[in-house]
Amino acid sequence: MTDTQNLTLVQAVRDGLHTELREDDDVVVMGQDVGKNGGVFRATEGLFDEFGGDRVIDTPLAESGIIGTAVGMSAMGMRPVPEIQFSGFMYPGFDQVVSHMARFRTRSRGRFTLPMTLRAPYGGGIRAPEHHSESKEAFYAHEAGLKVVVPSTPYEAKGLLAASIRDPDPVVFLEPKLIYRAFREAVPDEPYTVPIGEAATRREGDDVAVFTYGAMTRPTLEAAETLGKEGIECEVVDLRTVSPLDREAIVEAFEKTGRAVVVHEAPKTGGLGGEITAILQEEALLHQEAPIGRVAGFDVPYPLYALEDYYLPSAARIEEGILEAVEF
Amino acid sequence: MTVFDRAYDDTVRVLDEDGEVVGDVPDLDDDSLVEMYRHMRLARHFDGRAVSLQRQGRMGTYPPLSGQEGAQIGSAYALDDDDWMVPSYREHGAALVHGLPLKQTLLYWMGHEDGNNAPPDVNVFPVAVPIASQVPHATGAAWASKLRGENDAFICYFGDGATSEGDFHEGVNFAGVFDTPTVFFCNNNQWAISVPRERQTRSATLAQKAEAYGIDGVQVDGMDPLAVYSVTKAALKKARDPDSDRPRPTLIEAVQYRFGAHTTADDPTVYRDDDEVERWKRKDPIDRLESYLRDEGVLDDERVAEIESSVEARVADAIDEAESMARPDLRELFEHAYAELPPELERQYEALAALRDDRGDAAFLED
Repeated sequence: MTDTQNLTLVQAVRDGLHTELREDDDVVVMGQDVGKNGGVFRATEGLFDEFGGDRVIDTPLAESGIIGTAVGMSAMGMRPVPEIQFSGFMYPGFDQVVSHMARFRTRSRGRFTLPMTLRAPYGGGIRAPEHHSESKEAFYAHEAGLKVVVPSTPYEAKGLLAASIRDPDPVVFLEPKLIYRAFREAVPDEPYTVPIGEAATRREGDDVAVFTYGAMTRPTLEAAETLGKEGIECEVVDLRTVSPLDREAIVEAFEKTGRAVVVHEAPKTGGLGGEITAILQEEALLHQEAPIGRVAGFDVPYPLYALEDYYLPSAARIEEGILEAVEF
Repeated sequence: MTVFDRAYDDTVRVLDEDGEVVGDVPDLDDDSLVEMYRHMRLARHFDGRAVSLQRQGRMGTYPPLSGQEGAQIGSAYALDDDDWMVPSYREHGAALVHGLPLKQTLLYWMGHEDGNNAPPDVNVFPVAVPIASQVPHATGAAWASKLRGENDAFICYFGDGATSEGDFHEGVNFAGVFDTPTVFFCNNNQWAISVPRERQTRSATLAQKAEAYGIDGVQVDGMDPLAVYSVTKAALKKARDPDSDRPRPTLIEAVQYRFGAHTTADDPTVYRDDDEVERWKRKDPIDRLESYLRDEGVLDDERVAEIESSVEARVADAIDEAESMARPDLRELFEHAYAELPPELERQYEALAALRDDRGDAAFLED
């Protein structure tokens, strides 16, 4: 019987970092305020005291410098885990992500691979200032050479993070900060991994497949429960990894139901919803009973918080989206 | 006094424009000096042939290096085999000295990714095209070496234009903060495509930028291979084995000139005067070293002729080798994006391979 702790998602991230730092001397955590301060969300709390400043490194305030030096470090075989304090601040380092982090393996024909994991709290819903709430996972999913992970539970956050750190390829690990402390779950103390690239079915249902991930998993399940009471049974699939997508799981759930809705908080245009719709068109058109619905953020810059509750898909909006697909 | 104690505009020089000794000649034996000279002649000849291949349609866009042999060969010659080179896209001569076969450089500019795949014992990073983006890599790689208790030094090349970029600042700043064993080597060739050095910064020198990061900065005559060698050697030694009161990193500004275009895609006569080019050509690093070596009795007409013919043969062989490389296998398009090919990429590959099998290569290829 393995020991477990009842952890929030952010505590599970911390536990995952702690475990991997302990397991592998080549793992280093680096970024702004990750050391003594323990991270603005406490994701690295206590790690500096235990592992010291050469393993848990407070860097200068410079996103490109943080990501670019991690590129160099990981090219030499280390496993850096750079943190960008908020994903909305990734853009000064975006060139390093797309021009180098994603391409080093291809460009060197496999001589150099970058086993680095770029972490950032992402998404909205916490009443944060401007530029602190963006959901731009599609940028990274669009970039070949990267893997993009978005956990939605504490248990999986730890296991997916361990899998990311151990992965030979670079991973962008986006942590939905809306659910950093929303609930607790039993998380084993020992190391374990949850595989990248596999979706998880959160709820079984025959009427409509609903695809989501990250913080939107909870309101989606809430909507599904409400509709369940009305006799509409939703199959809820949590993608967990947005690149590579688990196409088989997506197609399978759709074939079972003939109807689909995608829920994400990222803007609708160019978001993962379009990609999932296209996959279903390519692979399961003849199973389709209704237009594929998208419940998403709007195609506007992320608002200040007075309007944020209208921007983010709520259980009510998700219910409406599902009803449209079911009642077509 | 070390070279690091000089004023930033006190340019280190060993040979003047006529090859007369004006500084401290580095401790190199005659064979090494001739080898440096041979490398410079090789780089110059290679460069001419590469431009010609591009003009003939046998190679894609190519960035010429002529004029910069002094900086490239002088600096690379100072590296130990175990040291790492992090180049930009113009360091064909430096990479050659550090062991990268000429064939690799040709292949890269002929459009083969394999050109970036150096032999496992050659410590060269892939060519970096986005300006200054390789600077943080060099810092991070050197940092890894330091954290792991290894003892390698890293040299990072970039141009004068790169010093305007944020990544230059961030990479050098990190190196200062974490005292990484990195030598930042700025090939100040006066022009960032068409924009002159004066439009990059109001700083009087690029070397003085080191001051802002708390590291050493030194300006060297980049058309003087012996001065470049001396300065780089000292910087590498300090990176590996610093005095207690000195930072490991150094910023070297090698003042030089590119005789030709930025790449084969631009025409430098549009943005600079012939007079300027002629003025700099009088500082030609190859002539300068040759003159010195002739005066020293190390080189004579016969030896120079032998070097020239051996250089021509070596470049011709490399071109034959590169041009005889088959087009990479179709699977190479997909093979290295990830350590393990994701199922969707496998499907994309199989669909393309099936179409090619069905329609033949003629349906895809231009020639």
